[in-house]
Amino acid sequence: MTDALRPGTLPDARSFGLKEEEFDRIVARLGRTPNLTELGIFAVLWSEHCSYKSSRIHLKKLPTKGKRVLQGPGENAGVVDIGQGLCVVFKMESHNHPSFIEPFQGAATGVGGILRDVFTMGARPIACLDSLRFGAPDAPRMQYLVDGVVAGIGFYGNCFGVPTVGGETTFFEAYNENILVNAFTLGLARHEDLFFGRASGAGNPVYYVGSKTGKDGIHGATMASEEFSDATEEKRPTVQVGDPFTEKLLLEALLELMKTDAIEGIQDMGAAGLTSSSFEMAGRAGTGMRLDLDQVPLRETGMTPYEIMLSESQERMLLVARHGHDATIARIFHKWGLDASLIGEVTGDGRMVCTWKGKTVVDLPIAPLAQDAPLYDRPRRRPSYLRKVTVEADAKADSADLGGDLLDLLEHPNFASKRWVWRQYDHQVRTNTVIGPGLDAALLRVKGTRMGVAMTSDVNPLYCYLDPREGTRFAVAEAARNLACVGAQGIGVTDCLNFGNPEKPEVMWQFKEAVEGMASALKAFKIPVVSGNVSLYNDTEGRSIWPTPTVAMVGLVKDMRRVPERELPEGARVLLAGDGEVRLAGSQYLYHKGTLVGRLPKLDLKMERKLQKFLLKGYAKRALRFAHDVSEGGLAAALAEVALFAGMGFDGSVPGGDPVLQCFGEGGGRALVVGEEEALAALARALDLPLRPLGVLGGEAFRLSTGGAPLETTLDALQRRFEGGFKKAMRA
Amino acid sequence: MKAAVVVFPGSNCDHDIHHVLNEVAGVPAEYVWHGESSLAGYDAAVLPGGFSYGDYLRCGAIARFSPIMPEVERLAREGRPVLGICNGFQVLTECHLLPGALLRNRKLKFLCQDVHLRVEPSASLYAAKYRKGEVLRIPIAHMDGNYFCDPDTLRELEEGKRVVFRYVRPDGTREDGDGTANPNGALASIAGIMNKEGNVLGMMPHPERVSEAALGGTDGRRLFQALKKFLEGRA
Repeated sequence: MTDALRPGTLPDARSFGLKEEEFDRIVARLGRTPNLTELGIFAVLWSEHCSYKSSRIHLKKLPTKGKRVLQGPGENAGVVDIGQGLCVVFKMESHNHPSFIEPFQGAATGVGGILRDVFTMGARPIACLDSLRFGAPDAPRMQYLVDGVVAGIGFYGNCFGVPTVGGETTFFEAYNENILVNAFTLGLARHEDLFFGRASGAGNPVYYVGSKTGKDGIHGATMASEEFSDATEEKRPTVQVGDPFTEKLLLEALLELMKTDAIEGIQDMGAAGLTSSSFEMAGRAGTGMRLDLDQVPLRETGMTPYEIMLSESQERMLLVARHGHDATIARIFHKWGLDASLIGEVTGDGRMVCTWKGKTVVDLPIAPLAQDAPLYDRPRRRPSYLRKVTVEADAKADSADLGGDLLDLLEHPNFASKRWVWRQYDHQVRTNTVIGPGLDAALLRVKGTRMGVAMTSDVNPLYCYLDPREGTRFAVAEAARNLACVGAQGIGVTDCLNFGNPEKPEVMWQFKEAVEGMASALKAFKIPVVSGNVSLYNDTEGRSIWPTPTVAMVGLVKDMRRVPERELPEGARVLLAGDGEVRLAGSQYLYHKGTLVGRLPKLDLKMERKLQKFLLKGYAKRALRFAHDVSEGGLAAALAEVALFAGMGFDGSVPGGDPVLQCFGEGGGRALVVGEEEALAALARALDLPLRPLGVLGGEAFRLSTGGAPLETTLDALQRRFEGGFKKAMRA
Repeated sequence: MKAAVVVFPGSNCDHDIHHVLNEVAGVPAEYVWHGESSLAGYDAAVLPGGFSYGDYLRCGAIARFSPIMPEVERLAREGRPVLGICNGFQVLTECHLLPGALLRNRKLKFLCQDVHLRVEPSASLYAAKYRKGEVLRIPIAHMDGNYFCDPDTLRELEEGKRVVFRYVRPDGTREDGDGTANPNGALASIAGIMNKEGNVLGMMPHPERVSEAALGGTDGRRLFQALKKFLEGRA
């Protein structure tokens, strides 16, 4: 196969997703025409997915520093100190396009990829979250997609042995033809056990470890950087196939090897496979690399250097070893039944040189590829739809039956119990899960310490559609609030920025607004972003998804004896802590009534900070027994969720005013709490935080008096609709 | 007194069992790689949950050929405790230390959820600290936990009082086939069985996940405490 060595042409470049000016730039940089293999390397490294060429200019605005940050963005995953010599390593990544094409394997390999990003740094994965956005339940293929994605996540995580402890699963028409699968993994390590993706030390041997290389996933990264079309079915071969068993062996082999002195640097072969791992490792260390492609373990015969360099076969890593440890590497990988092949060495000349069958097939300078990719400040324009939906006066709605409306809302799969989803995930393996799926945030103990680690992922797509900047600020505030509700202080964020085609000025405007909103909210909370991922081109047939900046936040609990209780006593009083503007604009209530217009409520970050302080101090002083965030669905839905948690009815009232607004209006800065009232009242006074009783848990009736007719239903009806809603929608 | 936690490629509850035995029950336990060929010095063996060999071919079907397995069988023959949980139960049926097989769950989906178990009137050493008829809340987490055996074997199990745990409703009654209490569809609601001598137990639910109050349940702890008491009695 000599085709891989023929000179690349402009039509080749275009077919790889490169623009004409990018092709010209490559030829100018090299001073010659690249061959086809080299051109393929440029194409993947300069793809949106790998190079962040449209987003980098804006991502710089995010806060990335803090006294706990041990590693910010730019590595395989971010690292945050949690004290006692321990740190958490975490990242979130999208696998949207593959999951839409082939839901089971797409979602499975999304999980596999993010697990590798974490354990390549020396951390054992201890928890996963998955933030899933599906289209309307009755949209074409949607049942198949939900079934496949959920089964795929379970297939990979369950076998690997990591608990999937939470996330989100919601349904909006905007994702009918472009679902979102954002996978998050958190690992735990000691500071001194961290490893980085750096190819340091000229002369050091370069090893290929893990599964063999096949022809799967070639140009997956470029596929993720294009819009979708009817030809999606033809792209099924670009989706990789996952083998969680091999990945589990790879984890154990690496953690065993990492206890020796053998490893200089290591990196996952994720998107763009051998190409990105080798270029990035050498790029970070300022070195070069020489690779003998004949030594790469292959799954099939007849593979070209082009295919070897661009394959996205799963469960592989590139490892730079120190001299004199070859026998140790061979022994440990043999024990775990995996390949470890010496395929090259680190050089000092800043070039990537690959040979194949005695010929040099790639000879490229590394810096221009890995670090000097194109950078675009793309044009932006405020989308015209915003003129129509942004109206100052809040939307109004009348209700003839508040109780019936609440039941309808709770039955919708956006609210209904996701038990059908998470019982397919092992959420307990490793025996650390103190709070699993279904509450505001997941909470895991850290064995051998009193500490715990909490995590949540949040974003309200309705809010981000109406106002990307404020909507993103709300997502950050909600994530921090959710953590505080389980007694955890936010210490770091990883984000997954899912947007449409950045070449559309309207999408680029949404992106910039969202990033700036995220930056301002994170600065107010003093929480840094330590890793993340940008997923653009979430467009199908020219229609973009709603802006969806998923925020995954990690929190720390210093004393696990001060966390929410599992049961609430009959007669317990529920109080509303905090306050804030409440509106129906962007509310789930109005959306389900077919209206999506209006200005979002104002987010009062000062109130948010006070509320979070109140919650954290409340747990620390043992004054607080339980807390629940008030967000989507408003006060009525939040109270119903507390009643469902307690397994009791509720009798109380919502503050006066328009009944629909008070029951279902949404906004920030509020949480429901149960605890020692005098101590809570004293704490609220000291913080100048509003705190008022709403009612009492108990009995079989669920009743809220309002400024008008009361909201009345029963615990039994709430349970039936909440527990049955998801299966009904999925016809499962 | 020393217990072996056998580690197969793909075991993933090995750390959990190791933790519960050492830190909660006070049974000194060590990992033993499946490629080892001796369990000399060990008084008990636990085969943990997970996906040995990726569940390829059939759950537990490849693990039974591991070099360590003749030694596990030796311990069983000598009357020493051999405990298989989840994938460990599947391995025990594949190597015929226990009869029957674990089929795919009735609804063909992985299930991770709490179930209720009734302690049946067996003479199992593992149930020594439970009351007969007591209802325990212990989680399952498996794709293939649907116990099956032929009618003769079932009769033998029932008549020999070898069913140790059965899936029941919270009030201790058996379900009538609606899947509410026996979600994987196990024959006769069987969750755990023992060999004739009572020293080998296989069970699908995970007692190690509910042995500490911090994790929301302690119903599993007494199983490991009973194991400890048995081992002390033999020492």
